[in-house]
Formats: sequence, structure tokens, C-alpha cells
Amino acid sequence: MAAQTLYDKLWQSHLVEQREDGTALIYIDRHLIHEVTSPQAFEGLRLAGRTPWRKDANLAVPDHNVPTERQERLGGVAGIADPISRLQVQTLDDNCSDFDIVEFQINDPRQGIVHVVGPEQGATLPGMTVVCGDSHTSTHGALGSLAHGIGTSEVEHVLVTQCLLQRKMKNMMVRIDGELQNGVTAKDVVLAVIGEIGTAGGTGYAIEFGGQVIRDMSIEGRMTVCNMSIEAGARMGMVAVDQTTLDYVKGRTYAPSGEQWNAAETVWRTLHSDDDAQFDSTVVLEGAQIKPQVTWGTSPEMVLPVDGEIPTPADIENSSQKEATERALVYMGLEGGSKVSDIRPDKVFIGSCTNSRIEDLRSAAKVVRGKHIAASIKEALVVPGSGEIKRQAESEGLDKIFTAAGFLWREPGCSMCLAMNADKLLEGEHCASTSNRNFEGRQGFGGRTHLVSPAMAAAAAVAGHFVDVRDWNYEGE
Amino acid sequence: MKKFTVVKGVLAPMDRANVDTDLIIPKQFLKSIQRSGFGPNLFDALRYTDMGEPGQDCSNRPLNPDFSLNQARYRNASILLSRENFGCGSSREHAPWALEDYGFRCVIASSFADIFYNNCFKNGILPVALDASLIDSLFSAVDAEEGYQLTVDLERQLVVKPDGEEIAFEVDAFRKHCLLNGLDEIGLTLQSADAIKKYEQQWREKSPWLFDVIH
Ligand code: SF4
Repeated sequence: MAAQTLYDKLWQSHLVEQREDGTALIYIDRHLIHEVTSPQAFEGLRLAGRTPWRKDANLAVPDHNVPTERQERLGGVAGIADPISRLQVQTLDDNCSDFDIVEFQINDPRQGIVHVVGPEQGATLPGMTVVCGDSHTSTHGALGSLAHGIGTSEVEHVLVTQCLLQRKMKNMMVRIDGELQNGVTAKDVVLAVIGEIGTAGGTGYAIEFGGQVIRDMSIEGRMTVCNMSIEAGARMGMVAVDQTTLDYVKGRTYAPSGEQWNAAETVWRTLHSDDDAQFDSTVVLEGAQIKPQVTWGTSPEMVLPVDGEIPTPADIENSSQKEATERALVYMGLEGGSKVSDIRPDKVFIGSCTNSRIEDLRSAAKVVRGKHIAASIKEALVVPGSGEIKRQAESEGLDKIFTAAGFLWREPGCSMCLAMNADKLLEGEHCASTSNRNFEGRQGFGGRTHLVSPAMAAAAAVAGHFVDVRDWNYEGE
Repeated sequence: MKKFTVVKGVLAPMDRANVDTDLIIPKQFLKSIQRSGFGPNLFDALRYTDMGEPGQDCSNRPLNPDFSLNQARYRNASILLSRENFGCGSSREHAPWALEDYGFRCVIASSFADIFYNNCFKNGILPVALDASLIDSLFSAVDAEEGYQLTVDLERQLVVKPDGEEIAFEVDAFRKHCLLNGLDEIGLTLQSADAIKKYEQQWREKSPWLFDVIH
């Protein structure tokens, strides 16, 4: 057989039917559901008198709309102040109960952001096809699965048929060689990749991330990288299975054990690209050259190293790029030629499916330990990605470090990543955010987002402006 | 699903690259559990000068006079013209729902984000990708001539200009078939139910750990 990429293998093992016109029916192993993109799909089932094909393939959790303030949260669904959000969360509960689908409800200890919860519970595993009505489903590819976002019509399609109609993507290898510098993290790696290939660079491709830097990375870090594949235009990003993957998966609630673990491990160990596999495109970055990254504009590709200077439109030749730069500078209230380190955030957000896992919180806590947020910071939020992470962090005393430093410690959810709940930016406010999108209005009408790693966000909170965390004076070290 | 055969209508320009789904329909409107009613909030942050809230009557909101869709000459436009990477960002199908609800049946751009592109076909909207140079010329034409109209013919895969000039475009045969006939994709897939069951049986034997663990 011809040499295959990881993507080729995952595709082939899930192929139900190849059609002459190039489309194929692909079997879906796991379907994750949240409250925002599912109500219209369940309604579609009802209208057509259809039922789910395989209930045990589905897992639901509300995350986008849930309040993160403890007081509001204690009231459960009924306690959600915004009536429209309340109805949406209630609708998910009702749909899951009507169609007999397992749901971690708002105050279930396992609740959290859907892409954090899936891997954490072992509900997403190597070798699976995973879909969800959410573009950051690419996160799960970190486990060596084929995972991507779908629209609501496809949510309905998967519920009813357990399949999706797809066309095979092209293969792209993004290789990060060598080693990262101290203080440089998975977030910086993926921002640097997006800066390199652009937000449409991965369109039409399935990206596999490889190279020494990725091999040395934890699963949490790989999830951060795969999470933002979509910001590079690729619906899916993935990493080959290795010992790190197996160690991460073992012992999780829904992961196999005993005899089944052995059988699964044998299969999973084959989930990597063959040595001589061909990629349609290859991008190589040198790990040692990646610096901490900060986005300055309104697209994730508008990104610079922390010691960079914001571009001046007059220096740009390409007219559409020049215009985009001008527009972004006006929206962001920034001057071309000014320094990234002069940007002063008003708010700081540590959270989202990109960076809300335990490692992220540890890395931010390490930066703020024994320090306090600057007087100019109006609000600094830490929102753990799940109930499990929150409890773990509390058992390590991280919550105390954050609150002593002036941060607010919240209940799990999407929160200010997209500001569908009460956590949002006001017009004109700058935010150092560990989330994944800096689009206009993403974190609140007129809000100005700067995407950074957790350590960089924490350092900016303390310093009151962006600083190079590689130079950070860690307390007691 | 609504059929798409031939659409003739006014072309409206949206002259920017990377029009993201947050721009097409901001998140506060995603709280709706309905599939319709998103039209008044299409491009909300660009269209109005205040901040939109779900459930609000939009007829009295202050309009941004600089935004193309607010100009009289583009009222009732049914074809939207934009630039590269249109629809990037989230998977929200609310984006095509909003375009459709507003009255757009076709988006012409130099390229599209994958998920958005896919979502259009499920909602009777035809995304047409054309070379950047052709897009440039359409922007000039629509700017120069008030009431500039195009005809988009899916069967023949042609965009026809007012002077009769024809521009060919690519579209996947299966998607074209579904759109031309307004077919329900779920119904079509269920015709393969036997193949799905057969696959599932084999897959379960091979990978039993993927089954019956969540219940
Ligand atoms: S955290 Fe943000 S990006 Fe992730 S699922 Fe929630 S809203 Fe989407």
C-alpha cells in the first residue's frame, strides 16, 4: 500500500461509501453538542419525525451562555439572569432529555467548555472521528483523531445518520523543529504559524503538526495548537499518537481499560504518518526563533513578536493589505510604528478552549505569584475550562495566588472568549486575552482583543502593558 | 431546502477581505433558538451605529450611512460581492441564515472559508469563487453603474454580466444537484442506511471501545 499520512489513515478507516463524484460518506464516532448550534437541529428532527441513529455517540454540555459568576451560577438554569440565554440552556436540557442524550448540565461537576470536557473525560480518543457544531472542534485532533467543526444542518445530519458527506482534504505538514525558548509556549507557536501562513493558508487542508517541538509538547499544549488550526483556515489539525498521548488517555472515565486498552493501544500506535508519506504542502518553522507573540489587529494573522513594531500602512504595497491594516489600526485605536510593548490592556482574560487547562493556569499563576495586577487594569478574569480543572487548580492553591494578585476566580464556561454571557469588554477597551479570535466585536461591541499566551496575559496584567515574559522576574526563583 | 436555479438581481459590494462570521452575525444573536429572523441583524455592527440586542425592533435604529447595504442603490440586492476568505471564523450556520433572511441568494468572492462555504449549500445560497482579477472588475463595474445587476445560472455554471459577458465558475457536482433540486441531504444519506449499518457492525467488532461507553 502507498505510504499514508495520519489524515489518510483516519479517513480510510471511517469510509463508509466512496461515491463517483468524489464525495464520501464518513462515519462519525463522537458527536459533541452545546446549546448554541443545536436547537435548530433538534427542531429539524422533530419536524421530520426522525430520531438519533446512535444515542451513545453523543455527549452534550452547555458552555457558551453559562454565567461564570458564582452567585448567578448557584441558581442553576433558572438562575441565569439573561432570559434569552436561560431559554437556550434550558432548551439543551429539554432536547437531551427528550432524545435521551447524556448531558453534563450547568452545575454538574464535569461541566465545562465542550472542547476541554471531551478529552478530559476520555469521550474523545485517538483514532476517532469527532465533530461538533463549533469550529474549535479541531482541538481534539491533538489526540490523533480526525476532528472538525460543522454547521447546524450537519449537526442534524450526524444525529440522524451517524455520518457526514465529505470531500477529502489535501494534506499539509506544519513542522516545528528544534526547541522552544524558555517562556515561549504552544500558543506562541500556533500564533507564529498563523502569522506565517495567514488565516486562509490552511483552507482546503487537513494540517498535521509535527517536529521536535510538537513531540516534546504536552497534550494540553498540542490541544492549544490544534485548537487554532481553524484560525489558519484549516478545519482540522492533528498530531500523531505517541507515548505522551497514551499516558494522557489512560485512566480517563470513558477510555478503555483492561483487555480493551491493550487492543486499543495496538491500533493507536499505528496512528502516525508513514515515514515516506507525501504532503501536498509543508511549512517549517524553527522553534528557537519563535518569540512570545501578541496580536495587534482584528485578524489572528495580524500578529507580532512582543518586541515588534506595529506596521505603518504607508509602508505596505499591496492595496487590500494596506486597507485592512488601516481599518484594523482605526478599530484598535493604535498608531502604525508604535511598539507592541506600549499597548496597555484595560482587561485581562485567562480562559477559553485554547488556554484554560490546568497547565495554562499553572503557567499564569507562576507569573503572578506574590505580585499584584497594575492599578490601570479594570478587571482580570481567570475562567477555568471545566469543573475538574477548577477543583484541581484549587487543590494546588492556584485560585489563592490569582485572587491575592487581584484576579477574579470564576466558574467554568466560554465566558469572555465570545462574550455571550455577562463577561465582556466595553467599547474601546483593550484586552490581553488567551482566547483565539480578535475579530471586531468578538469580546464585546467595540472591544479590542490582543491574543497572547497565559503567561504573557498574566505578565501584562501585572506590568500594565505587554512585556516579554522571557525576561520575567519570577518570585522566589 | 430552497432551490437555486437562476438568480437575477442587484449586486451589492462589501469591499473587504476576511469578512468573518462574527461580522456577518454577531454572537448576541446566536442566542436565538429559531432558524429565521436573523436578516435585520446581518452585519449588525457595520449596519447600525448603536449596539444591537436580540429581540429588538431594528426599524428605528440609527443606520451607518457609509455602509454599502444602507445605500439606496443597493436596496433589495440579492447577490453579494466580497473579497478573499469570506466567512472565516466560526461554524455558525446563523451566518448563511442571516444572509438568506436578508435576501441574499448568492455570494461572489475570490475565496471562502471551508465551513462557511459548506453551510451555504445547506441553505439555498450559492457561493461563487472567482479569480481576484474578475472580482476587481466586478467591484469597478458595480461602483460605476447604479442598479448594476448580474444573472447567476447554476445549471450552466455561469455568471452573466449586463452586457452579456459570461464568467464560468466551478461547483461540486453533488452540491449542484442538491441545490438545483432543493434536496434534503439527510433523506439522501438515509438511502445508504444499509451500507452505514454494515460499516458500523464491522467497526464495532474492530473497535469495541468506541461503543456503548456514554449512556
Ligand atoms: S471557548 Fe470560545 S472558541 Fe472555545 S468553544 Fe467557547 S466560545 Fe468557542
